[in-house]
Amino acid sequence: MAAFPWHARSRNYVSESEMCKLESIPLDFGDYHPLKPITVTESKTKKMNRKGSTSSTSSSSSSSMLDPLSSVLDGTDPLSLFAAAADPVTTAATMDSTRKKRDKDDSSAVGSDFEPWSSKRGDILARYTTTEKLSINLYMGSEKGKATTTGSAVSEKVRTRLEELDDLEEGSQKELLNLTQQDYMNRIEELNQSLKDAWSSDQKVKALKIVIQCSKLLSDTTVIQFYPSKFVLITDILDTFGKLVYERILSMCMDSRVSLPDNFSPESVNDTAKETCLNWFFKIASIRELIPRFYVEAAILKCNKFLSKMGISECLPRLTSMIRGIGDPLVAVYARAYLCRVGMEVAPQLKESLNENFFDFLLTFKQIHGDTVQNQLVVQCVEIPLYLTLYSPAIDWILQCIAYRAPEVLLTEMMERCKNLGNNALLLNSIMSAFRAEFIAARSMDFIGMIKECDESGFPKHLLFRSLGLNLALADPPESDRLQILNEAWKVITKLKNPQDYINCAEVWVEYTCRHFTKREVNTVLADVIKHMTPDRAFEDAYPQLQSIIQKVITYIYDFSLLFSVEKFLPFLDMFQKESVRVEVCKCIMESFIKHQQESTKDPVILNALLHICKTMHDSVNALTLEDEKRMLAALINGFIKMVSFGRDFEQQLSFYVEARSMFCNLEPVLVQLIHSVNQLAMETRKVMKGNHSRKTAAFVRACVAFCFITIPSLSGIFTRLNLYLHSGQVALANQCLSQADAFFKAAVSLVPEVPKMINVDGKMRPSDTFLLEFLCNFFSTLLVVPDHPEQGVLFLVRGLLNVIQDYTWEDNSDDKVRIYTNVLHLLSAMTQEAYIYHVDKVDSNDTLYGGDSKFLTEINKLCETVIAQILDHLKTLGKEETLKRQSQLALHFFNTILAHGDLRNNKLNQLSVNLWNLAQKHGFADTSTMVTTLEYIKKRSKQPEMSHFTDLALRLPLQSRT
Amino acid sequence: MGTALDIKIKRANKVYRCGEVLSGVVVITSKDTVQHQGISLTMEGSVNLQLSAKSVGVFEAFYNSVKPIQIINSTIEMVKPGKLPSGKTEIPFEFPLHTKGNKVLYETYHGVFVNIQYTLRCDMRRSLLAKDLTKTCEFIVHSLSQKGKLMPSPVDFTITPETLQNVKERASLPKFLIRGHLSSTNCIITQPLTGQLIVENAEAAVKSIELQLVRVETCGCAEGYARDATEIQNIQIADGDVCRGLPVPIYMVFPRLFTCPTLETTNFKVEFEVNIVVLLHDDHLITENFPLKLCRM
Repeated sequence: MAAFPWHARSRNYVSESEMCKLESIPLDFGDYHPLKPITVTESKTKKMNRKGSTSSTSSSSSSSMLDPLSSVLDGTDPLSLFAAAADPVTTAATMDSTRKKRDKDDSSAVGSDFEPWSSKRGDILARYTTTEKLSINLYMGSEKGKATTTGSAVSEKVRTRLEELDDLEEGSQKELLNLTQQDYMNRIEELNQSLKDAWSSDQKVKALKIVIQCSKLLSDTTVIQFYPSKFVLITDILDTFGKLVYERILSMCMDSRVSLPDNFSPESVNDTAKETCLNWFFKIASIRELIPRFYVEAAILKCNKFLSKMGISECLPRLTSMIRGIGDPLVAVYARAYLCRVGMEVAPQLKESLNENFFDFLLTFKQIHGDTVQNQLVVQCVEIPLYLTLYSPAIDWILQCIAYRAPEVLLTEMMERCKNLGNNALLLNSIMSAFRAEFIAARSMDFIGMIKECDESGFPKHLLFRSLGLNLALADPPESDRLQILNEAWKVITKLKNPQDYINCAEVWVEYTCRHFTKREVNTVLADVIKHMTPDRAFEDAYPQLQSIIQKVITYIYDFSLLFSVEKFLPFLDMFQKESVRVEVCKCIMESFIKHQQESTKDPVILNALLHICKTMHDSVNALTLEDEKRMLAALINGFIKMVSFGRDFEQQLSFYVEARSMFCNLEPVLVQLIHSVNQLAMETRKVMKGNHSRKTAAFVRACVAFCFITIPSLSGIFTRLNLYLHSGQVALANQCLSQADAFFKAAVSLVPEVPKMINVDGKMRPSDTFLLEFLCNFFSTLLVVPDHPEQGVLFLVRGLLNVIQDYTWEDNSDDKVRIYTNVLHLLSAMTQEAYIYHVDKVDSNDTLYGGDSKFLTEINKLCETVIAQILDHLKTLGKEETLKRQSQLALHFFNTILAHGDLRNNKLNQLSVNLWNLAQKHGFADTSTMVTTLEYIKKRSKQPEMSHFTDLALRLPLQSRT
Repeated sequence: MGTALDIKIKRANKVYRCGEVLSGVVVITSKDTVQHQGISLTMEGSVNLQLSAKSVGVFEAFYNSVKPIQIINSTIEMVKPGKLPSGKTEIPFEFPLHTKGNKVLYETYHGVFVNIQYTLRCDMRRSLLAKDLTKTCEFIVHSLSQKGKLMPSPVDFTITPETLQNVKERASLPKFLIRGHLSSTNCIITQPLTGQLIVENAEAAVKSIELQLVRVETCGCAEGYARDATEIQNIQIADGDVCRGLPVPIYMVFPRLFTCPTLETTNFKVEFEVNIVVLLHDDHLITENFPLKLCRM
């Protein structure tokens, strides 16, 4: 094939752009604009006709400007209306009149503000553990004929089967000794499972036996420090059982597949269900031992609903007084806790028995110091303070149930009652953890007084202060008392000898201090913590608490200049000597900085401290660090770097970046950020100088460019490097650093051959061609304005790039190379124009340099010829059956290029385009609609001035029908 | 599986009283048609007495068990000999509960030496080749409410070492004072036994306090009788060393079937008692006995 010479269409970019521009319409700024916030004030009042309920916040903001979306939602949307009505917190807060009515309805259900048992159980399991050996003692079937055969309605068949069952397990006494805590928990879980199995295989009696045996374990107080956890495990089983029985009876009530409504009345329960339910109660009433009888009956308390309306309200007081028979005070108090828990679930409106439970407990309180208990403790080698803490979960729970939505008077009464008991530390603690924080906070001074009066030997005082502190963190005490409270409390806390006790207390009180006082007090507190935790490296055992102290400090003091002026803050950080913890803490601080710092800073204190912190994070990175972790650290450090600004002191800024580079060299994203920052700095300088660099600024900008140039090679990502080279080159060009820009572009050109075929994107291997294509196109558009180097040949960079593209090993069956070549044609056509489409300010591009010199144009045309030859060659190789479709596409692509950039008045070029058009259609792979639109486009263009030759062209382009 | 016979009594709890009509259905399920020689239903009620080995010689106990006393016995022919279609056939029935003569329908009671039981038996007679089918089903009789008002008879009691009867060495006993009361010893069988108990003081730790329900069954007549007391159930009301001075509730539900209103006839007697048993830690056992009178209202 003969070589086709290229004739670029000469273009007048200015007139073209004029022609293509949308018609501009003068804007009246007072008018409506879709993106302008809507100011709706009148219509608002019309919509807001729902008794001024929850919208207090929105109505205040609505007066000025409103987001159109929120304004719609606020007024008329039925969903939000509904949600607002359903939200108990907000409605309760505002609608006082409806509140009373609501409360009446609500009393039958516990609201979401009641902390459920499920949230407590984990804590208890984690807190009450033991290393002692445990034992489980189960007698199966030892109560034959008493507990099981009371049922009258048991048919013969069932009875014989039950007897068989009894025989199977008669006297099968299992005693498991020497279990570790974990074994024990597994066993209990097995029992839970076998309960479910027995139930589902219709062995109701066996299920009952399992439950009885399990609850019997609760009367055993050997290994007393494990008792609270044991209680949790076993009551889980009881809950399961209660649910199974309830659901079973409920399912019996289903008449013709319609289940009962939630609040059914006993009259709607059919006789069979009632009889079954009654049977359960009779069976349970005949359980010999007190504790299992109590627990099992409490577990199915809810089933009373099937029998009578008053059932539960009669049952609760009876069960409450039944607990009086339990001699061991610890066992009894947990039984009470269980009853309260079931009571709250089933009938939260029955408060009397809750109170009764607590008063009964107070009556038996003296037992704790009785001989029986004391002897037991001596045998088990348990100290009184530890023993007393075992009561906390149960008492806390009971008090929480009582305090829930209770009137102030009741709480005061409870407090007085506790006061009157001799050693009331335990109760005091529970009151503080169960009652509303506001209630406690208002009486803080009273509480401090009471705590001081407590007997030292009993319940540990530091726990009392801790509980008080927890309340004060949630609610504010009266203004006048605040300092005194802190002084009184800290006086005691600082005297604590045991570092663990100390830190547990201090951790809580730090929050109070931060909340109400200035940095001076916080500093003192921190200093005190340091003083206590440094001897014997006590901090090593207290990292979680220390960490939470830091967290509390930074949540309250988020002004970092203030924070770092707290003298003891940094020394406090020094206590974190374990690296993982240290990094965690640094992360927290940085997160808070990024979240709260609004303005960029140059405060040397902040910079120094944060650089130190960032350095710590950076230094924790090693070969084993996970990608995610690195990403996160880098993001934090980047956030910091972005917030640093020295204002007009650009040199200072640059030297900061230089320092940062040396510090964070292991985190690639940070280096990338630094390069961008430095580039930005250079552009900033240019802006300040309005494009005319002085000698000094020119030198500074070159320094910036140099920074980038030496930093980029240390990066590993190939496209990161390529893009940064290009980007930095553009910046250099903009700042009239021509030789530096050349260096960047040369570096980019020489880097292209290294691009691998596959690259790693987000952990997956992907072919790199699309990325390369994108980069090269971007590169071409920059190259248009890069002036030729006086000592190198014409179009040195373009030639270099073409050579690299030529030599690059492309994917065998891809057309990328040709696509790039067509793009090169676009570039070269643009280069032949008299005035280029765009320029860099204060940089003379080739159009000015050569001034349309014919030699220059010939050079370009030569290049074009070569490129066209390459394209045509490639098209020829695609002549095979399986590649015809690609050939057709490429041909059309090339055709479009010629159409857009070529001068079709040239005969050869005209002929070539016709050939390409035919080639595209030749094998029927062309998309007809595309062809039609292309043709229409040509016809349209032909009507424009100086485009008449398009008419001829259009005539020469036949449209192939699909057939 | 062939043919199955079942009796379904209408009331879920199967409880009937004298004068009421016992109704229900006999259900016959079969895959094929059933050929039979007639289906009959029998209602029976009887008192079974047995002499304990303790009060009579062993052999006598075996052979001389007192003849059962029949209370009620009637049979009706439900279906004449013929065929039943395949599938499920339900035949309803009704039995009026009436006694002949001056016999009384005693309340159902399952004891050790006295048993009062009522059954329904359905018989399906079949030809020689197939076995006769029988199904029995127990139903429960409650006696009619007793006339007149029940007079509550509360009892207060105090237990100290001095009040105990069969003590050998009174000196070795630990000191204790237990007070309490029962709301009534005349009890309605459907209501629980209630009361309370206070351990005012006790030198030794309390291990357990239990309520023991005891039946006293007497069989025989003028020429000699056997009287036996056996435990029905034992309910713990206190476990461990209870708090001094705090009243512990006494509460016991009377178990169904194993208790009935106190019964006194010429041939046998059924009576009930309750024991309050206090077990001390040094294994001293203190028992206080209260005879009860149960009735149905």
